[in-house]
Amino acid sequence: MRHTETHENSLTTFLTDTNQNVNPVERAVSSIAGGALLAYGLKQRGIGGALLSILGGGMLLRGATGHCHVYDALGVDTTETERRSPFRKSSLLTGKVHVTKAMTINKSQAELYEFWRNFENLPIIMRHLESVSKTDEKISHWRAKAPLGQTVEWDAELTSDVPNEKIGWRSLEGAFIPNSGVVEFLPTIERGTEVKVTLTYEAPGGKLGEWIAWAFGEEPSIQVAQDLRRFKSLMETGLIMKVEGQPSGREPLEKAMTAKA
Amino acid sequence: MKALCWFGKHDVRVENVADPTILNSRDAIVKITSTAICGSDLHLYNGYIPTMEPGDILGHEFMGEVVEVGASITNLKVGDRVVVPFTIACGNCFYCKRELWSCCDNSNPKPEIAETLYGYTGSALFGYTHMMGGFAGGQAEYVRVPFADVGPLKIPDHLADDQVLFLSDIFPTGYMAAENCNIHPGDTVAIWGAGPVGQFAVKSAFMFGAEQVVLIDHYHDRLELARSENENLITINFDEEEVYDRLLELTGGRGPDSCIDAVGLESHGSTPDAILDYAKAATYLATDRPHALRQAIYCCRKGGTVSVPGVYGGFLDKFNFGAAFGKGLTFKMGQTNMHKYMPRLLGEIEAGKIDPSFVISHRLKLSEAPIAYERFNAEKNSWRKVVLSPN
Repeated sequence: MRHTETHENSLTTFLTDTNQNVNPVERAVSSIAGGALLAYGLKQRGIGGALLSILGGGMLLRGATGHCHVYDALGVDTTETERRSPFRKSSLLTGKVHVTKAMTINKSQAELYEFWRNFENLPIIMRHLESVSKTDEKISHWRAKAPLGQTVEWDAELTSDVPNEKIGWRSLEGAFIPNSGVVEFLPTIERGTEVKVTLTYEAPGGKLGEWIAWAFGEEPSIQVAQDLRRFKSLMETGLIMKVEGQPSGREPLEKAMTAKA
Repeated sequence: MKALCWFGKHDVRVENVADPTILNSRDAIVKITSTAICGSDLHLYNGYIPTMEPGDILGHEFMGEVVEVGASITNLKVGDRVVVPFTIACGNCFYCKRELWSCCDNSNPKPEIAETLYGYTGSALFGYTHMMGGFAGGQAEYVRVPFADVGPLKIPDHLADDQVLFLSDIFPTGYMAAENCNIHPGDTVAIWGAGPVGQFAVKSAFMFGAEQVVLIDHYHDRLELARSENENLITINFDEEEVYDRLLELTGGRGPDSCIDAVGLESHGSTPDAILDYAKAATYLATDRPHALRQAIYCCRKGGTVSVPGVYGGFLDKFNFGAAFGKGLTFKMGQTNMHKYMPRLLGEIEAGKIDPSFVISHRLKLSEAPIAYERFNAEKNSWRKVVLSPN
């Protein structure tokens, strides 16, 4: 987290290579708020305006460098976000995204393995997938919806297959988003099966891309959690519960009837 | 169809909306014959519970006739009379299999909000916020019932709607509250709240063999009704008597063996903590007003049980947890595991041991629901339980 890969540009070096102790989100907030405060302070007269300008300037600098003297004095470091989310690490602009999620499903390992091993089934539980088709015993072709209405396609190969226990896959050369995944089916005592999914992929735009995706409601860890929940529901109850399409007083009846027809 | 829709605090209206349709193979469509307004609907009416959206159809106590079933439904057929539990449960998950139906893993399709607020979501509820699933409620002419193969309870023709309607929520809720007290011979059970759940908790506590049952409220008519229904019941009007002192007197200085809070998050009271709660809730510093719960904890004997059927939604302030710890209390609470109790309690009704219709105070048409909400909210003394008829 503390060092990015690029050091060529002196501005980049200045912005990333100092002793950072402020996390990127906080830096962005600090920069924007500091800039606004500085601008406002400069417009004001008197000592109040001057103080605001100094405060704003300090916040702007803190945001730009990622170093906070107050945090330094207090021994605080907010860059260590991994502590909050141990399974997700990536640098600001490039790098791999790891997502790990687990869900306990009240079905046998065999039943769950069976469903997942047939990759053609996955679009039922993974809403971002349009289709998966089998090319041969090891290779499958995947089509997924991407942000902003785009579609991406790639070929994937099976990397491990332990019946009832584990399935692994990896995208082949040429994938726009190189990715790999493992799903494990772990037994429990009278609690069903723990299904643990680990996904790794090269996110376009790294951490920044993740934030943008998150803003569009397509953050990968949330998506994986929702996929697993649909898997659980489908396997346990035989259906994925729908609430869209229920009546409400939100639209006039005529409109609701037209929509239905 | 006509349906009672929520549009905001103190704003509910009967609107023309689309008829519900089968959305999943385990759904059924029920034509409502009777539907009731619950005290917990008033929490929504008063804007205490977050994640309501304008236009949401309210109502979680209802019964009617099956008019359509999904492809997977084999236990119900068109024309069956059913009472529908207010909790929606799948019957397949870890929790349903252990009869913790109100903890169902699969019925809430929007669990993220509850997970953020509570860590995990409980089962979905009819007509009770998007946090709890966003399912359309039953204060309407028709309702869609998900997991209809495990929820609805078939009702024999010889029983009237009024006798069985409250199997949908308040009778099982009062019953579970009493069961949670783990009543032993010689026990005294004190119950806060003489609303319908409190009324059923009284009857249930006697059914479980409590030696002495004490009901606490300040609505005279409600206490009077409970006394007329239960010969041996003792009542305390907290406007007239000190609750703690009176309870000690009734128990030889020990305190009640178990205490039931059948009030929930909109507790009334005139002590300083209750007034402070009003101020905090009004200024959004706290969401719930737990005065009755505090008093129940305070009054409960050492090693006793506090059972909470009253609804809480958010955060409690000035909560006397030290008293609970210091006395080694046991807490039992939660939404009712409806599916577990409904068949058993239908049996009690059929055997003539109880007629739940005694709680009804008003019968109105569905079209009059907005007036019913207004009066029920304002005149709690006489407006005790409202049953609405869509026809």
